[in-house]
Amino acid sequence: MARRSSLFVMCLLGAALVSCAGNSSDQASNEIVIGEFGSLTGTTATFGISTRNGIDMAIEEVNKAGGLLGKQVRVIVEDDQGKPEEAQTVVTKLITSDQVIAILGEVASSRTLAAAPVAQQSMIPMISPSSTNPRVTEVGDYIFRICFIDPFQGLVMAKFATNTLKVKNVAILRDIKNDYSVGLADVFADNMKQMGGAIVADESYSEGDTDFSAQLTSIKARNPQAIFIPGYYTEVGLIARQARRLGMAMPLLGGDGWDSPRLTDIGGEALNDTYFSNHYSVDDPSPAIQNFVSQYKAKYGETPDALAALGFDSANILFDAIRRANSAEPVKVRDAIAQTKDYPGVTGKITLDANRNAVKPAVVLRVRDSKLEYVETITP
Amino acid sequence: MKKWVFWLAALVVLAAMESSLRGLIGAYNYQIVILVGINIILAVSLNLINGYTGQFSIGHAGFYAVGAYTSASVVVYGGPAIRAATAFLPQTAQNAVLLLLGIIAAAIAAGIAGWAVGIPSLRLRGDYLAIVTLGFGEIIRVLILNIDAIGGARGFSGIPQLSNFFWVYLGVLITVVTVHNLVNSSYGRAFISIRDDEIAAEAMGVDTTRFKVMSFVISSMFAGIAGSLFGHYTMYLHPNSFLFTTSFYLIIMVVVGGLGSIEGAILGAVLVTVLLEVFREFGAFRLVNFSILLVLIMIYRPQGLLGAWTLFRTRKPAPATK
Repeated sequence: MARRSSLFVMCLLGAALVSCAGNSSDQASNEIVIGEFGSLTGTTATFGISTRNGIDMAIEEVNKAGGLLGKQVRVIVEDDQGKPEEAQTVVTKLITSDQVIAILGEVASSRTLAAAPVAQQSMIPMISPSSTNPRVTEVGDYIFRICFIDPFQGLVMAKFATNTLKVKNVAILRDIKNDYSVGLADVFADNMKQMGGAIVADESYSEGDTDFSAQLTSIKARNPQAIFIPGYYTEVGLIARQARRLGMAMPLLGGDGWDSPRLTDIGGEALNDTYFSNHYSVDDPSPAIQNFVSQYKAKYGETPDALAALGFDSANILFDAIRRANSAEPVKVRDAIAQTKDYPGVTGKITLDANRNAVKPAVVLRVRDSKLEYVETITP
Repeated sequence: MKKWVFWLAALVVLAAMESSLRGLIGAYNYQIVILVGINIILAVSLNLINGYTGQFSIGHAGFYAVGAYTSASVVVYGGPAIRAATAFLPQTAQNAVLLLLGIIAAAIAAGIAGWAVGIPSLRLRGDYLAIVTLGFGEIIRVLILNIDAIGGARGFSGIPQLSNFFWVYLGVLITVVTVHNLVNSSYGRAFISIRDDEIAAEAMGVDTTRFKVMSFVISSMFAGIAGSLFGHYTMYLHPNSFLFTTSFYLIIMVVVGGLGSIEGAILGAVLVTVLLEVFREFGAFRLVNFSILLVLIMIYRPQGLLGAWTLFRTRKPAPATK
């Protein structure tokens, strides 16, 4: 009995193999193929879409200018639905099935962390435009990022709270399910304490929650001068509304997870007098930024958020490395990416350090009447 | 039928396939084959509850998570000690010992979790049980999020890669054979009697609660094994892999294939996993197309692709009474 049922299993297995084998790609030699993965659907969909828009713009530009090494650049985009195991599968697909020479992605650190070991093992360079968790680039020497890391954002907001807002007693409301939020909150708390401040309340919520009144009431009782909410835009908008309704008028602070056109759609008026650290400001008068902003607006009809700018920069840093390496071989491209120094990106001058992290300044933005205003730049 | 000949042959075939498969079909297809195997274990085990015992559980991802995290913890935290104790063995044998200990721990932990959920909740029926199991799955995930030693919200990284095609499909084989033998035994007939008419079963002297708990525990144990194999393949665990949507995908596999058929569960697992990959061609419309396909299958084959059809039966089924 047992043998017959195992025969059946084998047959089925064979069928599975046949059905998924045989889609090998025929790679034209006149193009350079790069891979991109991101959350084009799911709760953080705007992250993936903004990044993709930025990358598409960079590719269009480089192809108009004659391409790289005389070849056109093509990107293959895969959706990971915001799931870590999907991210790992699509990166495996990009590398082995599409044979990309480099990978751009992801925004969220949990997805980048799940996919990075695959890129590292296959020796394909991977540049994350905006994963800020410190452990991302610790996976190996093929993993890079062009944004600053969580500790830096926590430090920036602690400095901003102490020096500019001159507040001492601060509350934290963190997304306990989110590695990004937990990392930022911890560093912020440490730095506040070092600078003589105090964390009077430390409450938590989970991504997907819609009612925050319990946490906010408990924070209100401690009477903080500001609340640090290092979450993503959906919840932050709701938190701001509910906080204002409870009569809490103190400034709210956050990180780059706030950056989305949807933030002010959700939060509206409640977001007045809130501040967050970000990678760049659209109000920066420098010609490179203004040029990028006007082109992006012309193409997509909206103001580019930081993730679009970082996507744009990540693609351009990869192209710059391919040019300098004068080759599209993954190993040589990796070496060239590692030597990136003072690259004039939209999000500031980018230098990659020995740990493959970007060294660059951060800006603090203020939300006023659904618009973002540039407040100040804080350097490392 | 000499059982040991079968198992020996299976081991040889699996080992041979493991050594050549990746080179033959490429890493991407290899990964899909692995995921198919893990989903087969999950679907076949879920079928034991949903298909054979007729209970509606939508918390399978919870047991899957318990297994994955238990095994990863055993290997990551107990690894150095176990390696030291087995230092006389070659590296591959050490890995095998490590993985087997992980799998055993995963099965025990998931089984205990299944028992703990089953005891109080299996007196419930239908929708009520579904809600309890759904809640349980979420409790597990939120617990994991809040335990720092296993990574919490940051995810559990640094898990050594121990499982591969050989181990995953050995797991598939053991699961399929065990579940097949079980449902064709007196225990299996008790499960099926509960599904067909719980009151009649009770009247005939079947201890329904005991058998429901038993099917729950066995099913959870296999889910735990699947979790262990998954964690040691991907090397990174994150609670987002164990959302309730994972449980729903498993239910889809079982229902599409045909409730109450092992072959159906296998077919469902293969189909859902492979189709989701094939549909990547459609880009943004991938999930839309997948859902349309599900709707069509349910309209034209409401009993699932295979229905309760089964290739091997040791006993003729009783004629349908309805």
